[in-house]
Amino acid sequence: MLRFALKRLLLAVPVLIGVSLLVFAWTRALPGGPAQALLGERATPAAVAAVERNYGLDRPILVQYGKYMSRVATGDLGRSITSRRAITTELKDRFPATVELALSAMFFAVAAGIPLGVVAAKHARKAIDHISLVGSLLGISMPVFFLALILKWAFAVKLGWLPSIGRLDVKLKLDRHTNFLVLDAIIGRNGTALVDALKHLVLPAVALGTIPLAIIARITRTAVLEVMTEDFVRTARAKGMSQRIVNRRHVLPNALLPVTTVIGLQTGLLLSGAILTETVFAWGGMGTWIFDAVAKRDYAVLQGGILFIVIVFVIVNLLVDIGYALIDPRIRLR
Amino acid sequence: MIRQSRFRVFASLLALALVAPACSSDDDSSSSTAPPATNTGESPATSAGEPPATNAGASGGTLVFGASNDPRILDPALASDGESLRVATQIFEGLVTTKAGSTEIEPALATSWSANDEGTEWTFTVRTGVKFHDGTDFDAAAVCFNFDRWYNFTGPLQLNSGAYYWRVIFGGFAQNEPDSDAPETSLYKSCDAPSADTAVISLTAPSAAFLSGLVLPPFAIASPTALQDYEADKASVDGDGNPVPEGTFGTEHPIGTGPFKFEEWVPNDHLTIVRNDDYYGTPAILDSVIFRPITDNAARLQALQTGEIDGYDLVDPQDLETISSDSNLQLVERPSFNVGYVGFNQAIAPLDNLDVRKAIALGLNRQAVIDNVYSDSGQVPLEFMPPAVVGWTDEVTRYDYDLDAAKAALAASGLPLPVKIDFYYPSNVARPYMPDPQRIAEAFASDLDAVGFDVTLISQPWTPDYLDTTLSGNASVYLLGQTGDFGDPETFVGTFFRTNSPQWGFDDPELRQSLEDALRITDLDERAAAYVEINKTIMDILPGVPFAHSTSNLAFKSTVSGYVASPVTTESFATVSMSG
Repeated sequence: MLRFALKRLLLAVPVLIGVSLLVFAWTRALPGGPAQALLGERATPAAVAAVERNYGLDRPILVQYGKYMSRVATGDLGRSITSRRAITTELKDRFPATVELALSAMFFAVAAGIPLGVVAAKHARKAIDHISLVGSLLGISMPVFFLALILKWAFAVKLGWLPSIGRLDVKLKLDRHTNFLVLDAIIGRNGTALVDALKHLVLPAVALGTIPLAIIARITRTAVLEVMTEDFVRTARAKGMSQRIVNRRHVLPNALLPVTTVIGLQTGLLLSGAILTETVFAWGGMGTWIFDAVAKRDYAVLQGGILFIVIVFVIVNLLVDIGYALIDPRIRLR
Repeated sequence: MIRQSRFRVFASLLALALVAPACSSDDDSSSSTAPPATNTGESPATSAGEPPATNAGASGGTLVFGASNDPRILDPALASDGESLRVATQIFEGLVTTKAGSTEIEPALATSWSANDEGTEWTFTVRTGVKFHDGTDFDAAAVCFNFDRWYNFTGPLQLNSGAYYWRVIFGGFAQNEPDSDAPETSLYKSCDAPSADTAVISLTAPSAAFLSGLVLPPFAIASPTALQDYEADKASVDGDGNPVPEGTFGTEHPIGTGPFKFEEWVPNDHLTIVRNDDYYGTPAILDSVIFRPITDNAARLQALQTGEIDGYDLVDPQDLETISSDSNLQLVERPSFNVGYVGFNQAIAPLDNLDVRKAIALGLNRQAVIDNVYSDSGQVPLEFMPPAVVGWTDEVTRYDYDLDAAKAALAASGLPLPVKIDFYYPSNVARPYMPDPQRIAEAFASDLDAVGFDVTLISQPWTPDYLDTTLSGNASVYLLGQTGDFGDPETFVGTFFRTNSPQWGFDDPELRQSLEDALRITDLDERAAAYVEINKTIMDILPGVPFAHSTSNLAFKSTVSGYVASPVTTESFATVSMSG
């Protein structure tokens, strides 16, 4: 297992180099440049040229790439051209925000999706199954930002139950050690902040978790139905085992394999930042950051941010593979 | 066995998960985070333009303001973005300021001033007994320390992304860096402090823009001790040549003399300022103000409706109705200090033809656009600057909407009909003077089709594509505009026409010279007369058609009072109070 993990991590190195090259080429291929974006309405060609000189953007692209990679190797991802803050500092602020939101969304999706899928499978082709199918389709096809706006309108504006923006009431004091606010509140034994942080999580997590929920429910249903027709299930029933025990011991564990893959992939996706959800809820995470960076041609943020996300993706995939082995003893990792 | 127990753990986790959301929503229903915003639709809104009654509410309290972005840097000398300047305006003060709600110049840290006859030597009498937030004394020497600091900026601080406003008002630096592209000459010569309350600033040439420039937050006086202790000028250059601020003055220790003091800044989350109890003037009423970045416009409105924020700037015109019909909310209108225009590039045919330009000017139904797109918060301009600015005149050639006159002008051009033109407009942008570029462009295109043009609409993302295309002179007819920086005509017609910008595609040395001359007249009446003539000339040349002076709006809870909107956005929270 350890060897497998190491091997996979080593394999990630060429992936990262490839991605960094792609991102580098892609950002440079965007029309306009950071100088123009930075100077905005005040840009004159001379001013643009001066800024480009200052940022080293007038040098050959390979030279720029070489310099960049040599700094990345030392852990220096550079500075945002627009906010002037170090990329690593921004990541420290923003990644925990995105992780907190992604995990909450996934928690919601798994907690509701798997039971829904199982119920739908048990009642396959009956009314409850059809309702769940329609619900899932709705969940998958409704634009997240639209759902987010509806949720906000209903639960924040009209009912006033939940906050509509941010991660914490700005008037609350909380020492931010990890910037996982829920964790920080627990560390600081701050009950008020904990409740407030959790409340702030509800709406964005539900909005963001809806699509994974629908996907997980459908995959679970299919997987459960498939496993239920397997020989070993029939054998178990023939041996006299009750349906409940068969379901619990044989059906669910086997059906969970494809579901795990989906959960892993979806978590990876969510971790790369939910652009629209984060924007709508003014959630200071990775999504809004990278989205802004595209508009402002903030090369440093795009390169550093995307590289970081790729690393996260690689690690999440590795964890999913390891998760496979834990659930299915037939799989041996090499 | 192992598999079974693992499954049990999983199942119990699932059960927990299912129960948890239900619990939390129960908790939420019983809490009273914010009262539901009910919309009665009956109560009249505060009339726009009228500042709310001053200081009527109870004292104290914390006001949460929805900012459109995080500030970039709190060192005003190095800031040029609106959100940084908004915060800096509360913490710092300059020698002069504008009267609340107007462009009229008023004393701030200087109580009086005078200039010699040539307009090259300005003597300021400054306040005594004023202390910076760090307890050090403010005096004339501190004024000179700041001016000398700006003038002696080196390296990346000289860039437009650094001391932008210094370059706008004063030009170059003591020693221009080869790469800075700063203007060669500087308006600034020296600053002397013959006594604690007298600062004499010498200029290399007379400039009337000097005093109106000094009202800008970037020329606020910071504590010399803090500037040195927190290494405000320490900026290294990283491997790519990027400026890297290394001191903490601009991020953790911005220290001025203003009615509010900096408390904390959690980037991407909030920035807090608290009342300066030792303020020499009328102290602020609020205990503190928290600025909270919310980039999404709809999210800002909803946060105001839920009560999570108490006010925000840059209200979408489409939200005006929602806010004005909500008895819990109110609008505060900011007088216009901008112009939106349809620009012509005369280097591209047929815009070189004056009759074609006239035909377009006469054929645009600008009032209809103001009515439909600006939700009545705008007016049709006569020229390239708003009425609030000195030198504005109604004696320019007018181009009121007249379809027949437009057709006649187009016929007079002698071109075969229909005349083909490309009309550029930006996407992904809303500016006060251009809230919905696409709708404006579409309305104008149909106006022009009726005149006899064959209009092709071309849209590009605002930055950098659109700005690149228009400013580099590759768009023939385009939407663009400008918000003024300070109360002076230079910020409008000077910016547009004093230098030879490729966006207009024409060079009129006479016009450029007259703008150059007007910049240096110190007598206010004489200066106004010069700009009146310039405005007349410009509207005869017709380099474009100004189509809107928009007013912008802030929204507040109805319990907030005392916020006075300024055309130049130097707006203080010191007079703001909250009741209830």
